[in-house]
Parts: sequence; C-alpha cells; structure tokens
Amino acid sequence: MRIEQHPILTFPERKKVTIYFEGRPIEAREGEPIASALHAAGIRVLRWSTEMNRPRGFFCAIGNCSSCLMEVDGVPNVRVCVEKVRDGMVVKQQKGKGVPPAVGGDEG
Amino acid sequence: MRQTEIAVVGAGPAGLSAALAAASCGARVTLIDREDRLGGQLVKQTHKFFGSQKQRAGIRGIAIGTDLADRAMSDPNIDVMLECTALAYYSDNVLTLEQREKYIKMKAQRLVVTTGASEKMLPFPNNDLPGIYGAGAVQTLMNVHGVKPGQRVLMIGAGNIGLIVSYQLLQAGVGVAAVVEALPRIGGYAVHASKIRRMGVPILTSHSVKEAHGKDVLEGATVWRIGPDWQGIPGTEKYIECDVMCLAVGLSPLTELLWQAGCEMKYVGALGGHVAIHDDNLETTAKGVFVAGDASGVEEASSAMVGGRLAGYSAAASLGRCPDFQQKKAEALEQLSELRAGPTGEKIRKGLMALRGEAS
Repeated sequence: MRIEQHPILTFPERKKVTIYFEGRPIEAREGEPIASALHAAGIRVLRWSTEMNRPRGFFCAIGNCSSCLMEVDGVPNVRVCVEKVRDGMVVKQQKGKGVPPAVGGDEG
Repeated sequence: MRQTEIAVVGAGPAGLSAALAAASCGARVTLIDREDRLGGQLVKQTHKFFGSQKQRAGIRGIAIGTDLADRAMSDPNIDVMLECTALAYYSDNVLTLEQREKYIKMKAQRLVVTTGASEKMLPFPNNDLPGIYGAGAVQTLMNVHGVKPGQRVLMIGAGNIGLIVSYQLLQAGVGVAAVVEALPRIGGYAVHASKIRRMGVPILTSHSVKEAHGKDVLEGATVWRIGPDWQGIPGTEKYIECDVMCLAVGLSPLTELLWQAGCEMKYVGALGGHVAIHDDNLETTAKGVFVAGDASGVEEASSAMVGGRLAGYSAAASLGRCPDFQQKKAEALEQLSELRAGPTGEKIRKGLMALRGEAS
C-alpha cells in the first residue's frame, strides 16, 4: 500500500516500471528499492532461511543486516532493501545460499 | 593510487559535519558513502529536532540533512564518492574501497569513521517472521519510499524512537495497536508520549513480547507483564492482533572498519555495544583514525553533528591544518556537555565514563 496523503511529506509522481516476482508482474516506481515495491504489492516473504527453511522478510531496510537477500536477474544474495528496481527486472525468492557471481574489475 | 588527506567514511550527520569542518580548515577531504545520496538516516527524520539553536532545534531532520549535503557537494575541498563502500584501512594508510563493482585503493593520511549504527534484535520465539521490522526500517519504508508498512503495528520500545515512529505511523494513516515497554516507565520525552496517547494508543509499561504468531508472515503477538526480575508473569498474557511489529529497542555501533583498522575496542552497554576507545580529540588507539557519531557510541543526531565537527577539526589539526584548533575543540566540547546535561544524558555520560575508565 502506498501512502496517499501525508501531513508533512509529499511523494512526487515517479515513472512506473514493471518488475517480475516469481514470474508475476509487479508495478514499481522508478528509483525505489526492490523491497519497497514488493512490500507495496503485499509481498513480505523474500527468501527462505538456509538451515531451517523459515520465511524471511527485510529487517533493517538500509543494507546492514542481510535479512532480505534475493535472487535478482540470476544473481543471488542481492540486498533488495537497497537495490533499486529496473524495468523488466526478474526477482525470485532465494532458497539456500546461492552461488556468488564473478567479481568486477580492478583499479588502482 | 588515489590520494587524499582525510577520508571520511559515512555521510550521515557526523560524517557530513566532519567533512565540512576539516574542509573549512583547508584540508583535502574525500567523503565516502555507500548510498547514492548524502545525509545518511537524516533523510527519514520528519520530526523537529530538540536541543538549542546551535544544534538546529526546531528544524526537521530531513531539512538539516539536505542543507549539510548541499554544502558538502559544493565545497571545493570535498570530493564525494557515492555508492562506495569502504572495505579496509591498512597501517600504511591505504584505504580500500568498492564502488560500482570496482576495487579502488586510496592513500588517506587520516581516516574519520562515521559509519553509524544498526538496529538491535530482541529474543523471543518467531522473532524472524516477516513483518517484524526495525523501527528505522519502518521509517525508511514510509518516510523515504512512501509505502505503508502494514495496517496495524505493535511498537516495542517507548524510548524516543519508539514514540516518534508511532506518531509518524499515525501520520501516515497506519494504526498503532499499542506501545510495549519493558521498563516500568516511558523512556522518551513526555511530549511524544502524550501525543500518541491523545490519539488513543495505549503504552504498556513493564511489558514485553512473549512470542510472535503467524504462518509465513506476522499475524499477531502475545505480550505479557514482566516483574522486577525481567521475567514474564504467567497469567498476564494478552494477544494483540498486528501485521507489523516494530522493534525500537536500541542500536549498536557499526564498527567493522574500526575493528579491522586495529583500534582497541571495548564493550560498553550504555553506548550500545563494542566501541573504539578514543581520546577527547576523538582519535582512536590506531593513530590517525578518528571516530564520531553513533559509531563512537550510540547517542543522537544533534550530538553526532557536534562530534563529527570535532573529529574533522582534530584530523585537520593533526595535519597542521587547523591553527585555532584549541578554541574550536573547547567550543565543541562545551556543546557536547550541554547536549549531555540533565537526566536524558545520564546514560551517555555513564557510558563515556565507563569507556574512559579503563582507557587510561
């Protein structure tokens, strides 16, 4: 659910984009993190814990705690509370630990 | 390799203040933050700040963050690196960074660590259910992203954060079922408590969470009265229907970089956990490494800004860049003692005494 009216804050209109959660299209707003778009669509279970297979949502929402790791465009362990949506992004609940992708370049 | 005089890691209220202070002395500053904007958690502080005029009382946190960020962005002595995470700081003054999947090395003669804090968990059965969120997370979701966390929130903790976030939830049109507080009294300011009570939210003191309920997501919680021994009293259980539980039970300093840099650390409960031992210039036991804000001991944004300023001046002075350092330091220390005066500052005063007790 989006906030419609607020006594202090105004939320400017943002371009709508579509992300796919487990194959289902979800309307998201440009610039927001994945977790925010999913939450607005009523989706709270982001992954299943590695050992006990328990449902997990986000906890800190600012990239500290790693409670919200999901598979995004094939890359596991993405902190969706800080990773921003992109149109057409494919997001999946993560099960298990995932395989880390190859690391990026070097400078220095 | 890149070069800078003073690297500041974390661009919240402490880091921005440190960078601006050091830059005002003529030092070359690199201000680093993992987000794509400056301001840290000020971005979600919709309430007006307390304190005196010097600490911008009466101004909303958001506006303070924007002002500091604008000044840092336009300061010719400050280089800003966004979407950039500090990885490590070595004894040869090399700071390693990751920015947009690139590994970067930077020679930084001084380091100011202003990495902030993270929210504490509370142990009870099913505390990992989706719907149980940190109070700051709920603030971020609604005040930054404009998304309601749920329909009906149970707030745990009646300190200032618990009370302020409860009020902000009501402002956003979200119901607050109750505020639960383990202590026999409300920890936050009476003005905040009165506001939410007037709006019909009960504050249950001497209560705690017995357990959370729900299949895949939170559906409710059982709270119970706790005795002076902090144990739950059987027979006093109450079921509260809620789809969100908000934990406002304190913060812990984010200190990974300080541990890695070899700072001597000490556990001080009143400061939120492990903190780096530091002197009154805010320099740690690792020479050239300074600390300020919540990373140096959890307090609040007003004192983080003053502490950040002091750390910035200290780092600049250690490079011979701050000729009137003693006067600036005295002013900052005086402001800090004003902010820490009275009963609300008792915890932080005790914490700092405990930190210094064994530091000497």
